[in-house]
Formats: sequence, C-alpha cells, structure tokens
Amino acid sequence: MSEIIKVGMADLNVCVAPNGITTLGLGSCVGIALRDPVTKIGGLAHIMLPDSTSIRNNTNIPKFADTGIEELVKQVVAKGASRSRLVAKIAGGAQMFAFQTKSDMVRVGERNVEASKKKLRELKIPILAEDTGKNYGRTVIFYPETGDFIIRAVGRAESVI
Amino acid sequence: MEKEITLETMSEEYFDVLKELGNIGAGNATTALAQLLNCKVDMQVPQVRLLDFKELGAAIGGEERLVAGIYLGVEGDITGHIMFFLEKGSARHLVSKLMGMELAGEEFSEMEISALKEIGNIITGAYLNSLATITNMMIYPSVPDICIDMAGAILSVPAIEFGAIGDKILMIQTRFLDDTDLEGYFILVPDLESYGKILRSLGMA
Repeated sequence: MSEIIKVGMADLNVCVAPNGITTLGLGSCVGIALRDPVTKIGGLAHIMLPDSTSIRNNTNIPKFADTGIEELVKQVVAKGASRSRLVAKIAGGAQMFAFQTKSDMVRVGERNVEASKKKLRELKIPILAEDTGKNYGRTVIFYPETGDFIIRAVGRAESVI
Repeated sequence: MEKEITLETMSEEYFDVLKELGNIGAGNATTALAQLLNCKVDMQVPQVRLLDFKELGAAIGGEERLVAGIYLGVEGDITGHIMFFLEKGSARHLVSKLMGMELAGEEFSEMEISALKEIGNIITGAYLNSLATITNMMIYPSVPDICIDMAGAILSVPAIEFGAIGDKILMIQTRFLDDTDLEGYFILVPDLESYGKILRSLGMA
C-alpha cells in the first residue's frame, strides 16, 4: 500500500514512489515539487516568503523560497535522487484578497513564484509545468512515480500538470 | 533604540496581556453581533493560541475546510491587519439572519457578499474599538475585503505577514452561539513595532 505524506506550511519532505506527497490549501504560498524520473525519488516544499536574505529572523529554512528549495534538493539527493536529473513543477502563489494594503506584502504570491523560479534556474533544475497566480487556493498532490502533479481548487475541475 | 518585542521573545506576562486584549475584543465583537442581528448571542471563553505554521491546519479543523475570510488593514497609532474568518456554513447562516431570508443555492450572491462584508466590518470594528479604548490609541480600520476559499489558502495571507517577523501566529478562536453554533476566528497581525506600542500604552514595557 502506498501512502500520502503530508507537508505543512513552511515545511518540506521527501517522497519515494509509489508514495505520494501533498500540501493542502496553498494560497499565496508556493508548492515546489522535485523529482528524479529515473529513481522516482521526489519531494515537496511549501514556502511562504520569497527571500531569506531580506529578513533578519531567517532561521526557519523551509519558510523561504531560496533556502527551502536548496534544502529540498539536499534532502532528495541524500535519499538517492540524482542531482543532475532533477526536474520541478510548481503551483500556488495566488493573490487571495483583491487589495492588500501593506506595500511590501502586496503581490507576495507573485513574488514567491518569481523567487522560486529564480532559485530553480540558479540550480539548473528545469521547470516542466506550473499552475500559479490567480486568486484561488490550491491543494496539490505529487506522485514521483509518474511525475503527476494533481491540483484541486474549490469549484474547479481537478487538473494534472 | 527600543528593544523590539516579538512573539518569540515575549515573556509570559506580555503574552497574557495580549490574550486578555483578545478576550475583551472578542467579547465586544459578540455584543456588536447580537445588536446587528437583534438577537441574543452567547460567547464561550475565547481560546487564544500561539501556533507554529505547521500546526495551523489542524487548529482550524483542516486546511481544506471552506471558510469566509474578511481582511482589513489597520492604521493609526498601530499598523497591521486584522482578519476575521468563519466556516462557510456559519457565514451563510449569519447572512440569512441579517437579510431575514433563506439563501438560495450554495454560493453567495453579490448582495449576500456585501452583507457578509458588513458583518465582518462590524465585528472587526468592535474588536478594534475595544483595543483602542483600552490602549488609548487611535486605531482605524480600512475597507474590508472578502474571500471564500480553503482555510489554508485564506490563512496563508496573515500567516505570511507573521512569517515576515517570526515563526508563530497568534490566533483567537471564538465560539458564538445564537440558535446555532458559530465558530469564528480572529487574527490580529500588528506590525513588529506595534507590539511594543500596545504593551507600552498599557504601561507594560
């Protein structure tokens, strides 16, 4: 029997096929799924903020796109994935409220997506698919077996990217 | 330079003060709700909790629970945001009560959304008013915005703001009872310097 591993907010974990890995109710946060298609080892991070270097209190590694993605890469490689074969899919980064007054918090979803992409580019990990932005929450489930990244949202058909 | 007070470094005593402010605020909000609906509304003692982000989902009964979140900016002597959210079924109950009719269908109409915004406005306004009175500070709420979606997604907004200054989120859970059981939550997100201002205004810091 395979199981589904749950990842919370500001959290990450690795996952080996046939197991799946999920994070529920992504809003402005971004979910980054990594996978080695050969060993079928993968992982998922749920980051909240774009950049650890712009904040003084930054010891919570999975909270930030930059440090979170680095740590996820480290952990999937430690589990046996090949660093050079890693591919990524990302989802989330919505703007839940139409107007958010505090200037640096405006577009945090969009900035989370940008920062995640930038970090993946730096690490030369190709992004195979994304479902980001817009104004609604997403639950994601990732299967390292097939690379399927399933996305569920309220009042919308389930999609696989 | 004045020492910054954060949720992590805050002493038990300061935390108790914030808890008490939360209690009083929620009590005031309940009174406002009763006046608005013109009926008796009881409130159970609110639970004030300081949570890790990872625990947030479980604390609100699951990240995928459908909730209505009302979110406002706070300006004046302190700055930040306040969110009031409640389960979608409870939100529909309140709106139907306010409008004096059963709601058709599963989704909110534009009119019902406006009514819900108004409820949120009044509840958060009452909460902020009590905070302003106790601390003798000027606190102004901005125009509210509303979102109906998964709890996790809605909460990501205040959680990210807490996340910018620390690793915990302060949440006040209130259970209202009119003829049905309504569960509402308040999240006040003061900016970093506002914690100190609140506590100093009470002669605490």
